[in-house]
Amino acid sequence: MRLIKNRIEHGGSGMVTLCPEEPEDMWHAYNLIRPGDLIRASAIRRVTTTQDTGSTSSNRVHLTLEIRVKSLDFDPQSSQLHVSGQIINETAHTKIGQFHTLDLELNRNFTLEKEIGADGEGVGWDSIAVEQLKDAVDEGGKRRAEAVAVVMQEGMAHICFIGQFQTIMKQKIEMSVPRKRQGGGDHDKGMNKFFRVTLETLLRQMEFNTSITSGSNNESVRPVLLASPGFVATGFHKYIQSEASTTMPGLKRLLPSMVVVHSASGYLNSLSEVLQSPAVKALLSDTKYARETKLMDDFLDQLRKETNKATYGPREVESAVDQGAVGRGGGVLIMSNRLFRSQDVAERKRWVSLVDRVRDVEGGEVRILSSDHESGKRLEGLGGIAALLTFPVADDDLGSDEE
Amino acid sequence: MSRHRVKNVGYDDDDYEDDEGYESPDPEEQEFLKQCTALVSQQLRAGQPSVNATTEEIQEALWHYYNDIEKSTSYLRGKKEKELKKQQTGAVPKKNGKQLDSVHLVIDFRGWAWANKLCSGCGFNSGDLPKTLELTPPGSLDNFLTGLPVPGFPALSSLPAAHFSAADFFRDSPWLNVPADRNMDIMVEPLYPRLGLLGGSPEAGGKVSKLAALAAARKRKEGEKATPTPTPTPDASSTPQPDKIEPSPPEPQSTPLSLRERLAASKSSKPETDGGVRKLGKPGFSGQGQAQEQPTPEPMQNPEFSLPEKAEPKDEPEPEQPSLDMRASPSGFASAIVGNAAGPTMAQPSHVQSNNVDLLRIYGQDHAEPFDFAGPSPDDMVLNAQNTAKGMKSKPAASKSAGDKKTPADLAGGLKDLSVDEKVSVKSKNLDVLAEYNKSKRKKSANFVVIGHVDAGKSTLMGRLLADQGAIDQRTLDRYRKEAEKIGKGSFALAWVLDQGSEERARGVTIDIATNKFDTESTAFTIVDAPGHKDFVPNMIAGASQADFAVLVIDSSTGKFESGLKGQTKEHALLVRSMGVQKIVVAVNKMDTVQWNRDRFEEIEQQIFSFLTTAGFQEKNISFIPCSGVLGDNISRRSDNAQASWYTGKTLIEELETSERYTHALDKPLRMTVGDVFRGSVQNPLSISGRLDSGSLQIGDQILTMPSGETALVRSVEVDGEPNDWAVAGQNVVLNLANIDPIHLRSGDVVCHASSPIPNIATFTAKVLAFEHLMPMMVDVHRGRLHVPGRISKLVASLDKASGEPSKKRPKIVAPGTVARVVIEMDQAVPLEAPTRIVLRHGGSTVAAGLLE
Repeated sequence: MRLIKNRIEHGGSGMVTLCPEEPEDMWHAYNLIRPGDLIRASAIRRVTTTQDTGSTSSNRVHLTLEIRVKSLDFDPQSSQLHVSGQIINETAHTKIGQFHTLDLELNRNFTLEKEIGADGEGVGWDSIAVEQLKDAVDEGGKRRAEAVAVVMQEGMAHICFIGQFQTIMKQKIEMSVPRKRQGGGDHDKGMNKFFRVTLETLLRQMEFNTSITSGSNNESVRPVLLASPGFVATGFHKYIQSEASTTMPGLKRLLPSMVVVHSASGYLNSLSEVLQSPAVKALLSDTKYARETKLMDDFLDQLRKETNKATYGPREVESAVDQGAVGRGGGVLIMSNRLFRSQDVAERKRWVSLVDRVRDVEGGEVRILSSDHESGKRLEGLGGIAALLTFPVADDDLGSDEE
Repeated sequence: MSRHRVKNVGYDDDDYEDDEGYESPDPEEQEFLKQCTALVSQQLRAGQPSVNATTEEIQEALWHYYNDIEKSTSYLRGKKEKELKKQQTGAVPKKNGKQLDSVHLVIDFRGWAWANKLCSGCGFNSGDLPKTLELTPPGSLDNFLTGLPVPGFPALSSLPAAHFSAADFFRDSPWLNVPADRNMDIMVEPLYPRLGLLGGSPEAGGKVSKLAALAAARKRKEGEKATPTPTPTPDASSTPQPDKIEPSPPEPQSTPLSLRERLAASKSSKPETDGGVRKLGKPGFSGQGQAQEQPTPEPMQNPEFSLPEKAEPKDEPEPEQPSLDMRASPSGFASAIVGNAAGPTMAQPSHVQSNNVDLLRIYGQDHAEPFDFAGPSPDDMVLNAQNTAKGMKSKPAASKSAGDKKTPADLAGGLKDLSVDEKVSVKSKNLDVLAEYNKSKRKKSANFVVIGHVDAGKSTLMGRLLADQGAIDQRTLDRYRKEAEKIGKGSFALAWVLDQGSEERARGVTIDIATNKFDTESTAFTIVDAPGHKDFVPNMIAGASQADFAVLVIDSSTGKFESGLKGQTKEHALLVRSMGVQKIVVAVNKMDTVQWNRDRFEEIEQQIFSFLTTAGFQEKNISFIPCSGVLGDNISRRSDNAQASWYTGKTLIEELETSERYTHALDKPLRMTVGDVFRGSVQNPLSISGRLDSGSLQIGDQILTMPSGETALVRSVEVDGEPNDWAVAGQNVVLNLANIDPIHLRSGDVVCHASSPIPNIATFTAKVLAFEHLMPMMVDVHRGRLHVPGRISKLVASLDKASGEPSKKRPKIVAPGTVARVVIEMDQAVPLEAPTRIVLRHGGSTVAAGLLE
C-alpha cells in the first residue's frame, strides 16, 4: 500500500489517502477501516432517473462518494473489500443519507478519515491504528516474501498462499482415493489422478504459465512447499518431475523452488509444523509469519512447563497486567488483531488501552498477531489474548465463576 | 411385418438361449410335471367324452393353471371337444408361403439397415443392431428366413416401398431406446387400425381363425375363473404403461389388473398392447438382440399393413399353439418330412404364448368362432422341414421351452436390468437377520490388529502366519520372493503378502492397513496389519478400531527394542487400549538375531509387562511369545533351534486360538464406518468396505450415509469375501451399493439406517485421558477411519481418576496422565455419537484419547 497523503493530527483525528497495490493491501484496509470512519473513494453508481412522462432510464455514473462506514465485508479468498455505509457528500446524482457500498479496488486511491467525536463515539487514530497503518504501508517493498504451501495427505490437499499478514486457503482438493486392496491397482490409479488434479489446481491458483517460452522473462517464482505425512508429498514431487520431463516442460522453472517437507497431517493445522521445518525456515527466514509462529511456540512451551509464567484469556491477562507481570524483562503481550476489529467501541478502547499500558507504562513487549495466520488461529483458540510473564502469577480461579 | 417381429422374438430367444446357456429346467420340477401330466391325461381319457391330448398340451395347460389338475383337465377337454367339432374345416393353404416369405425377409432386413441409420441419428444405440446380426450365424440366417411366418395374403409383396416412410421411423424410434415410461406416450396413440377390423379381415381368414380360437379358449378360461395365469403378471409389470401412470416402479401385482381393465375398456389400439408385449419381451431377454430386432421392423408398419399387423396376436400363439396340434397329429406330409417326435417336448408354455394370452385377455373380445387348427400350420411345416434339413431340429423348440421356463423371473430380472441407470430396486428378503445369525453355525471369529514400532517385523510375521496356515499358496510366495530379491529386498518377501501397494513394496514400509484372513480348526481369524511408521498412525487407528484383540510385535534385536519403546510401541499399545482392546499378545520377534537369548526375552517381557499394566491391560490378558517371523519359529510350529528349547509355552497360533468369542452389539442400530470406497467390479460400480460396529443389515436395505445424508440401496453384501444375504456387527463386509453418487461417500463416513440415523455434530464434550499437555489447541479427531481437524475449545474440568469427580474447574492446561473433560469443536459436522471412543492427535503425536459424552 502506498501512503499518498497523511494528515493525521496530533489529537488522533485526521485522514490518510492510500493506494492499495496488491491483494494483501485489502486485508490491511479491512483492518484499518472501522465502522464510523469516513471513507472517500471513486464509485460507480447506477442512477435511475424518472422523466416527467413517467418513463425511467437508468445509467451508470462515475462518482466520488464519501460514506460513513456502517459495515465491512471482506472476502479473503479473492481479497475483495466491500465497505457499505451512508453517503455524506452531495452529488448531482445522489442524496445525503442514501446507502452505498464501495468496492475498493487495487490501484485506486481512497481516503480514510477517522475522527474523535466530542463524546468519544469514535476512537480516531489510536496507537494500534497507527501501527497497523505502518504495517500496511510498504516501505521499500521488501515485504514480498510469499510462499505457496500445498499441505496434503492421501486424497486431500490444501493449497494456501502464505503472505506477510495472512494465510489464504485458496483451494481445498478432496478426492476419494481407493485404499490398497488385494490385487487391486486402483490405489495407484487414484493417486495419479489425485496428483494430476492437484497439480492442475496449483498451477491455476499460482497463475503459472506452463509454456516453455514464458521462461525467458525470468519472472520470480514463489517458493512452493509440499508438505504431507508419509510419502504423498514426495510422490507429488516425483509426479511433477515426470510431468516436467514429459508433457509440461514449462514446469522445469517451478522445480527448483519446490521444497518437500514433512507435516503431521493434510490439514491446515499442521501448517505451523511446515513453517517450523528447517528447510522452510531457511527459505522464509524473518518473515512476519515465521516470527509469529515462533512466538506462539515459545508461549505454548512456557505453558506446558507449568511454570505459571504464561497465561491466556482476557481476564487472566488483564489481571496479570494489573499485577505488573507483563513488564520489562521478558513480558510479552500477545494479541490477535481480531480483538481490534470489534464493532464495539468500548471493547476496542479496552484493548487499545491495555496495549498502550503494557508498552508505555509497564515496558513490556506487545505483539499483534494476524488472526488470518496459523499462529493467530492458535491464539484465537486461547481467547485471542495471551501473555508471557516476567514472574509466576498464582493461578487463581478467575474463570471458575463464569458460566 | 408384424409376423416377422413375432418370429424374431422366437428366433432371438433361440439366440439368447444359445449364447447365454440357460440351464435346463429343474429336474424336480420336471418330475412333478410328469406326474401331473400323467394324471391329467388319465382323467381326460377317463372322462366323458374321452379325449386325447398331447403331453405338450397338457403341460402347457398345467403351467397355465399352476399345476391345478382339475382345471387343466376341464380346459383341455373343452378345447378338444371344440376341435373335434371343427375337425373338418380345412387347413390354411400353405404352398404360397415360402416365396412370400423370402420377399418379406428382404424387406425386413432393409428395414433394419434403415432403422439402423436413422436411429443412430437419433441417439439410438445403433451399435446394437449389427451385433444382432453378428449373433446370427450363417446357418441360422436361413433358419431365420424360414422361421418367418407366411402371411396369408398376396397383396403384401407390393408393399415394401410404402414401408419406408421416415415419419414412420421417427414415430417409433424413441421407442427403441427410451425408458419405458416415456415410450408409452408414443405407444398409446391409437395409430394403428383397431382390432375389430383386423379380426374381420377376410384375406387372412385362416389366421384369424386361429386367433379367434385362441380368444375363445381364453374366454372360456376366464369363465372358469381360473384367471390369473402367471403370465399376465410379468406382462403387465413390464409393460411400460404402469410406469407412466405412476412414476414409482410398478408394483407387479396390482398394476396389471388396472392396466388390463383400462385397456379392455378403451378397446385399446393394437399397437399399444403390442408395445406392451414387446416391452415385455425386451426386458425378459435382457434387452439385447431381440430388443433391437423387434423395434426395427415395427416402424414399417403402416395402415395398409394392418392385416398382418392384426394378425399378430394370433401369430404370437402360432409358434406354440399350432405346434402343439401338429405334434398331436401330424399331417402325413409333416411326419414324412419331420419324422416323429422330432420336436422336443414343451415343458412349459412359451412366454410368447403367455403374451398372447394376455393380449387376448386385454382385448376381451371374441370376434370369431373357435377355429379348428388340428393340422400343422403351414409355417410350422416349413419351419420344421427346414430345421430338419439343417440338422437344427431341436433348436426352436428347445429354446422355446427354456425360454418358457424362465419367463416370469426373467422378465422381472430383465426389467431391473433395463432400468439400472435410473433406479435399482432390490427386493429385501425381510429376513430376521438376528435369527438367521443364530441359526448359522459359524466358527468363532476374531479380528486382531498387529501393532508395533516400524520395522518390528509385523507384516513379515503376518505373512509367515498366513503362509503357514495355507492362506497363501507357495507359488505366490515364491513369486514375491523372486520379485523382492530383484529389487534387493529379499527379506521383505513375506511382508509382500500384506504390503500390496507399489509404494509400500518399493519402500519396504507398510503404509495402509491390510486385512487378510485365515482359518484354524476352531476360529476364523481376520488379520489387520497396521503400519508402524509414525506418519501412518491414523491408518493404524483405523485398523485398531476393527480389532477384538491386538498382537504387539516387538523387535528384540539390540537397540531396536529400546528405540521402539520410545517410538510407536508405546503409542500403539496405548492407542489400542484406549480403543477398547482388552487382550494383547506380545510377539517378541527376531529372537534369532539375539540367539534366542532367554535373558533378553525376559528383560523385554518385564519392561513391556510393567508398561502394559500401567496402560490398563489386565495381567491375565497379556501373554509373551518369543518368535522369529522370518524363520517361522514359534509361529505355527515350535522352534527346532536348540537355543530356543527353553521356551515351552504356546506358539503364536495357539495363543491366538485361546481368544474367547467376542460379542457385538447386534441389536443396536446399524453403524458401520466406511473403510474404503472403491469400484468393486463392472457389476458393482460402487462398493464400500468396512466392519459393522453394531446392528445388522441385509440385501435390499435402504441405508443412510452420514455426513452426506444420502440414501443408498444395498445391492449385495459380501461377508469376508463370500456373498451373503445379511451381515451383523463384528463382520467385515463389502457392500455393493446402488442409487447413490460416489461423491457422497468417503472413507470415514458412517452407514446407518434412516430409522435410527447417527447425528452429525460439530461440537462435543469428551472425557479424555491426556497423553500430553492439553490446552485450547488444534487437534485432529480420529474415530476409526474418520479423521477431521478440530480444536479443543474449552477445558471444562480435570477429573479425579478414581472417582471421576471434577478436581479442578477450567484448568489452563491439562498435564499428561490426567483425565479431563474437554469441549471439542470441528470445522465440519461429522457423524459421531456417544459413546464413541475417539483419539486426539496433534502435530503427529497422540495427545489424548477418550470417550465421547
